Amino acid sequence: MEIKQFIADFADQFDETELNEFQPKTEFRELEEWSSLAGLAILNMIGKKYGVKISASEIKGIDTIEALYNLVLSKK
Amino acid sequence: MMKAYIKAVDYYLPDRILTNEEIARLFPQWSAEKVASKVGILERHIAADNETATDMAFKAAQKLFSNNSHLRESLDFILLCSQSVDYKLPSSSCILQHRLGLKNTCGALDFNLGCSGYEYGLAMAKGLIVSGVATNVLLLTAETYTKYIHPEDKGNLTIFGDAATATIVSTDGFGEIGEFELGTDGSGAEYLMVKTGGSRIVNRTGNVTLDSNGNNKWDDNLYMDGGTIFNFTSDVVPTMVERLLEKEKISQDDIDLWIFHQANKYMINYLRKLMEIEKDKFFIYMEKVGNTVSSTIPIAITEALKQERLHGNVLLAGFGVGLSWGATVIRCK
Repeated sequence: MEIKQFIADFADQFDETELNEFQPKTEFRELEEWSSLAGLAILNMIGKKYGVKISASEIKGIDTIEALYNLVLSKK
Repeated sequence: MMKAYIKAVDYYLPDRILTNEEIARLFPQWSAEKVASKVGILERHIAADNETATDMAFKAAQKLFSNNSHLRESLDFILLCSQSVDYKLPSSSCILQHRLGLKNTCGALDFNLGCSGYEYGLAMAKGLIVSGVATNVLLLTAETYTKYIHPEDKGNLTIFGDAATATIVSTDGFGEIGEFELGTDGSGAEYLMVKTGGSRIVNRTGNVTLDSNGNNKWDDNLYMDGGTIFNFTSDVVPTMVERLLEKEKISQDDIDLWIFHQANKYMINYLRKLMEIEKDKFFIYMEKVGNTVSSTIPIAITEALKQERLHGNVLLAGFGVGLSWGATVIRCK
């Protein structure tokens, strides 16, 4: 599992945000297109694609894509 | 074997409109643009204080008859889908038989379902027709969820609107009703619920607790665990569609138009991407109405008809409170 692929899967949940805005250090809540629904879609994608269940409360303390990736890794 | 068809469909919206600008004024941390881009809804209609779901079902049916006056006399069954009926008893459908001036040989029953209700209504109407019990069924959907929503519940206030629809299912019409795939998972009942006011907890409690996501959960108001409903939908809908296509012996490419329950634009687009459905075959109509529960699909059908987009195989799929889901294919001329 590579962070590059994870970022691509993360970016797939957005329609309008430029791809280069998705970097490991990107604070995803600061993205213009971010919403709680996008958060639900990302958790759902992680469950489906990575087989890892992350709850909405677990993601609360996570700010960057990299930190989310590390959380997924730690649960695999 | 006798076949069943959708013959006519129309809908009614209450007068009062709640705009995104008003929502942004009520909740200053939200902008109107943000609301619009998130959920794809610009405005929703709100039933008046003295206007019930049964009143709206009456108006939807009257509107349908005003364009098809000859159909009123032919009706021999009423099915009303609503979770906001007038009384504990009698059924609102019985009251509507009288208010609509339908003959006394008309059967009538209410059924309590939400976002999957239209598919269940079509399944029952088809059953009544194919078995020879009825010939012309008036299927009504009517909901006033906005009366259940707590005034501080900005999420649900943004999504839901009130509406009613009227459909005539008959032995002829523009769309033949095909196979069905229906399902239920009552273990998820608590995730979309109005807890008090029924026989289990008769009186309002005034209780509000925090759910596992830190959102308010009011006993006396509509509660929806958005995350669980999101996951449920993305698990259930692709499998339901796959099974339906197997029953129909057709493939995904054979579907000319997809009409999903219009939950919110973000979520149904997520489903569309997940299921690799072409964007131009995926019908969305919610900007001016919002999520009207059991009425979203018949409203979308009415609008698709106006836009002349109902051709070939049209797949309808509803999912939500229960938890409950249902899908069917309509073969349009």
